[in-house]
Amino acid sequence: MTRFKLAGQIGSVALVGALLLLLVWKVVQNDRTNVASSFTKGHVTKPVDFDLARLNGNGKLQLSSLKGKVVVVNFWASWCEPCKSEAPRFQQAFRRYGNRVAFVGVDTADYSSDAGRFLSRYGVTYPNVRDPDRSVLGKYGGLPIPRTFVISPSWRVTGYIFGEARSEEIDGAIQEALGA
Amino acid sequence: MRRAALAVALLALVVVPVAAADNRPTLTELEGEIMCPVCDTTLDQSSSPAAQQIKAVISARIAAGDSKQEIKDLLVAQYGTKILAAPPKKGFNLLAWLLPIFLLLGGAIVLGLLAWRWSHTREPGPPAAQLSPALERRVDEELARYDEG
Repeated sequence: MTRFKLAGQIGSVALVGALLLLLVWKVVQNDRTNVASSFTKGHVTKPVDFDLARLNGNGKLQLSSLKGKVVVVNFWASWCEPCKSEAPRFQQAFRRYGNRVAFVGVDTADYSSDAGRFLSRYGVTYPNVRDPDRSVLGKYGGLPIPRTFVISPSWRVTGYIFGEARSEEIDGAIQEALGA
Repeated sequence: MRRAALAVALLALVVVPVAAADNRPTLTELEGEIMCPVCDTTLDQSSSPAAQQIKAVISARIAAGDSKQEIKDLLVAQYGTKILAAPPKKGFNLLAWLLPIFLLLGGAIVLGLLAWRWSHTREPGPPAAQLSPALERRVDEELARYDEG
């Protein structure tokens, strides 16, 4: 009887310990895979690759297919107010930099027809992809949006703009990536 | 006879659309079953712009005559199964429904077994203390005196 009770107590302690370990592992893992958090802490941060369906166009777009270029990745949604203000600025930058810089919009947690209307309204022509369940956004820091990341040709994150991006911020981050 | 048939036909014309209308989903009903994609609560708990967007889509689909399942299918196609407040009862998601039942049953069986084991392995208690004959006689005398008093 006593042996049985002891086994039960050891089992309970082991279970609590395992749950605690799981929690710690999850927190550490989350922090490591979160591009925004890693970059903000000053770590050398590689972009997390994604392969998502295009919103304006057919097929998929894989981020790593743009390796060797400066890439601007902007997370947005049609319901997001600051995204409406910054969208024309990204389009202007896209026109200004031409082939030197690739722009990718990631429409997240959004209804596709609303997202399509958003692109038309703000005249966005650069490639945009859909991240409907926020799985990619989660790896880049999650909500709230907008969030913008600039990746250098050596394939590391060199710029991060949290919130509505101003033209000077976009230019500054791109110039830094071009020089990296 | 002809009049009766006409009456039945007219009644059917009135009753069938009413019944169909009753089967149409309402926004309130769906709001509790669909998640807001950015706030991790159901739509009825959220007034965020993303939730408003989905509410507008649902209202439009209801007006277009879609069934509840059609609306849910459309939203799942757009946002994935995470948009549903309760996981669908199929495939891997079925586990979410079955696991609590199995755990509950398993827990009840384990509890039952433990109770049975405890009740059958209980050690007999210490034997009742025996009074010495002298002490027993004295207790009897005291009780008799108490009764007389």
